[in-house]
Amino acid sequence: MSSLSKVVRSGVGRRRVQTVVIGLATFMAVAAAVLAGSLLVASTAPFDRGFTDQHGAHLSALFDGTTVTESQAAATAAASGVAESSGPFQVVTQTPNLGEGGGGDGAFELQPLTIAGRAQPTSGIDKVSLSDGHWPTSDTEIVLTEQIPLDSKLIFKALPGRPTLTVVGHARSVSRTADAWVLPGAIASLTSAGTKPGYQMLYRFTASATVSDMDTAKAAVVAAAPSGSMLGSQSWLTVKEAADRTAALFVPFLIAFGLLGLVMAMLSVGGVVAGAVSAATFRIGVLKAIGFTPSQVVRAYLLQALIPATVGIVLGVVGGNLLTIPVLAQTDVVYETAPSVVQPWVDALVVVAALGVVSLTALVAAARAGRLRTVDALAVGRAPAAGRGRFAASLSARLPLPRPVTLGLAQPFARPARMTAMLATVVFGAASVALAIGLTSSLNLIETARSHDKAQIMVSPMKMGPPEGGEAMGPPVNQQGPPPGPFDEGGPDPAAVTSAIATVTGTKASYGVLSAPATVAGVAAEVDVLAYRGDPRWAGFEMTEGRWYATAGEAILPTPMLKATGAKIGDTITLTVNGHNISVRVVGEVFSTQNEGMEVFTDLTTLTAVIPKVTPTEYYVGLTDGTDATAYANALETALTPFSLHANVNPGGHSDTLVAISTLTGLLTLILVAVAALGVLNAVVLQTRERVRELGVHKAIGMTPKQSVTVVLASVFLIGLVGGIAGVPAGMALHGVMVPAMGNSAGVRLPAALLDVYHPWVMALLALGGLVIAILGALMPAGWAARIRTATALRTE
Amino acid sequence: MAVIELSGVSRRYDQGPPALDDVTISVEAGEALAILGPSGSGKSTMLNLIAGLDRPDAGTVTVAGVRLDKLGEAATARYRRAHVGMIFQFFNLLDDLTVADNVVLPAQLAGMGRADARKRAASLLEALGIARHSGAYPGRLSGGQRQRVAVARALMNKPTLLLADEPTGALDSASGEDVRKLLIELNGEGQTLVLVTHDEKLAAACATRTVRLVDGRIATDTGPGIRPLGPHLAASGVPHGADGRTETARFDADGRRGVTL
Repeated sequence: MSSLSKVVRSGVGRRRVQTVVIGLATFMAVAAAVLAGSLLVASTAPFDRGFTDQHGAHLSALFDGTTVTESQAAATAAASGVAESSGPFQVVTQTPNLGEGGGGDGAFELQPLTIAGRAQPTSGIDKVSLSDGHWPTSDTEIVLTEQIPLDSKLIFKALPGRPTLTVVGHARSVSRTADAWVLPGAIASLTSAGTKPGYQMLYRFTASATVSDMDTAKAAVVAAAPSGSMLGSQSWLTVKEAADRTAALFVPFLIAFGLLGLVMAMLSVGGVVAGAVSAATFRIGVLKAIGFTPSQVVRAYLLQALIPATVGIVLGVVGGNLLTIPVLAQTDVVYETAPSVVQPWVDALVVVAALGVVSLTALVAAARAGRLRTVDALAVGRAPAAGRGRFAASLSARLPLPRPVTLGLAQPFARPARMTAMLATVVFGAASVALAIGLTSSLNLIETARSHDKAQIMVSPMKMGPPEGGEAMGPPVNQQGPPPGPFDEGGPDPAAVTSAIATVTGTKASYGVLSAPATVAGVAAEVDVLAYRGDPRWAGFEMTEGRWYATAGEAILPTPMLKATGAKIGDTITLTVNGHNISVRVVGEVFSTQNEGMEVFTDLTTLTAVIPKVTPTEYYVGLTDGTDATAYANALETALTPFSLHANVNPGGHSDTLVAISTLTGLLTLILVAVAALGVLNAVVLQTRERVRELGVHKAIGMTPKQSVTVVLASVFLIGLVGGIAGVPAGMALHGVMVPAMGNSAGVRLPAALLDVYHPWVMALLALGGLVIAILGALMPAGWAARIRTATALRTE
Repeated sequence: MAVIELSGVSRRYDQGPPALDDVTISVEAGEALAILGPSGSGKSTMLNLIAGLDRPDAGTVTVAGVRLDKLGEAATARYRRAHVGMIFQFFNLLDDLTVADNVVLPAQLAGMGRADARKRAASLLEALGIARHSGAYPGRLSGGQRQRVAVARALMNKPTLLLADEPTGALDSASGEDVRKLLIELNGEGQTLVLVTHDEKLAAACATRTVRLVDGRIATDTGPGIRPLGPHLAASGVPHGADGRTETARFDADGRRGVTL
């Protein structure tokens, strides 16, 4: 064995703390980098990635089963421009009720589902991804895109024989070709009496990049089918636009967290390797004294760093992949895309980068030590560089604090570079926490303002469940808002309904609302007019600009509606509601994303001035604090009996995306805090080991274990405090950039109130977050410092 | 009155031979005990056990009435604060603290008030002739001066015992002589002293009793007695009797003899 390899082996084997610290730092840095890199990849064009993975359909077309045969539908695959096709698949649209296992008793009606009959998910075009469960294996099983629990029963009450299907899986089609899938044989039992299922064909075209390409391709398919037989179609460009809008909302958020993770990982591993090699300067002096050349020294220490680093890298890749899987699962929910996996090239890139960072930092530190004169290296190893930290030590000794505290406070100043690296790590950690808290708060406010649905009770002509005393169920959130109102006949007397509501104990506030479809000159899409009886502002509305409507004829519009009409505050627009032209003056811009923001909010009197009989179709009730919503709903149900209205506990405000983003934020914050704390841990371990002899002296002259702990914890106190104080504004600044960017990506202007989430007490608590990170990181070395025997510490070189 | 009592003490590191093997010894207050022996004979182990830096595998160690082998880490630290002052071969001063800050440290760890601690440190430094260096950093002092600082630090809490581990081992002969005189003077004023050394001359000059260890066992023990008046003592100015011997100093009921320093 050569002398070099002996040195390396003994260095790795005997300097176990350094070896373990390098391995640990590399492990967590690589794990964090794999996660961060995967997040960045997942956030890069998530729709396109999912579309490619699933071999998505450029066009999905539905043909009328009563006018087209299966072979005629299949023959459209020969149309000009079609490169590939799948189908025909039989398709029906049915509305099931939720039965046992899903929290329902069969009374709760779900949304209508487009159900496709497919034997298997992964052949041809639109390879549907199963996120859990399995593909149906019998005609009584169904797979859904909605997250209704597995084993739930769906009852199709309107169909002959009331077929009941069991939910056996959840799947996602990036092309959004269906809401549910069954085996082809099950379609017959799901077909209404006297009708035939439609045929769905999926196509990929030779040219599909533009709207024009798609129009041409679709025209060719239409021409290839019997005239008038295509009931509808969906272009991948339309799906992509909607998906990109959702994804765009979250891309800045995930990219920021990814970058934070990468920077912290690099800081951590670089600092630790440099510190570990620098700590070996005395040994380097000894090696040189016995004849090692500078280049042998460099090689020896490079290898000593690379051996534990390689072990850390291998374990880090494994750990990173394990860590990334649940995070990506949440990301997929947010992006509504196909299940993501850690890309092998991300692993490879992280491995190469980690080896590069370790090699470079070890090389620089070892080269510097190798260049030292032997006598200087020996001297440096024996004692800290003269003068370093003395001013801080002298100053802290005069502070009116217990001596262990002042001893610790001064320690980091002896190693300014390490202190700076530690500080940066804590700043990033504290910034991440501040950002995460701000984001979560803003997202909650955004969700409240977006759905403006804080009312606990919803009154409507429909009974939506749940069974008495059961968990609240309601319409899916993307179906919020009342159904179109009866314009001509009117409903129950609004004043009487409102009075009935007011008589029930626990009522705090209520309002009625009528949703009316309308058109606006120059706007292609249908617009929702929401006309309120009573003041609904308590339900969570937030104004971006201007004011709330005050009188009949005034209205407020969301950003997309303002953009679509080209109107500004103060302008007048004309709505056509049920054939009646109604002019309204825009007095404010309100934050709302429902119906893609194509909404007009006004007072009911704006409509009754032109259509006198219209009445609210739904009422919303806010309850006084402490009122039990279910008990209140039961009481109100009785009071509303004369009006044929039903009281439902309002499930509004629940959003899978919000839950996913909150989970993701929490998970990522925890990971970043752990990375930061581990960065501190590594640095403090090195610092404590370097000062072990000093620790021995302290103990020899009477320092108790508790005082030893105090010294170590105090050594990170200032770093934690300053890091927290610096990190919070950094996180707030990032929040101030990111949240509006998320809003812009989604095409909405966010009200300032939604950004104003950092209250003074929150900031004070967040500033302490840096301290928590630092203390967490220092706890283990502090415990070690308390436990080490004095004699052992005094003997340690 | 015995200040130190080791009874049947053994200590073994890992699987090696015993560093100390069934050692029994009693040391009276005011004695100056020199522990001699070749490397690996168990001298430092014995000192560490008396200082409460280590624990025996067998036997009991009682110092100033405290059973050290029964104490936890925190209690041992408190014991050291109250009863032990240590001086080391390589001084073990903290390089980033000034001389004064080094000296006051044991008192500060023991919770002594800031002003009182500074006052006592100043008087110690004055008495040891290094007051003018109180604001200097140890790195700028000579070896002898550094060891004087270490002695001042060791005396800061008025310890029952002063333990010295090769106190002149890292000093030139002039500085060594200087420290020797200081130790004799301290013992002359009643400070109980335990000295571990290879240096027969140092032991002969300072000790009132000499124990020689071989392979972890006491080979010879001169027993409690008197310090012969050698040329070092004669030159030291330490008070001594007309017969040329210095009696072991008297001590109080607590085993302490308040040094005048």
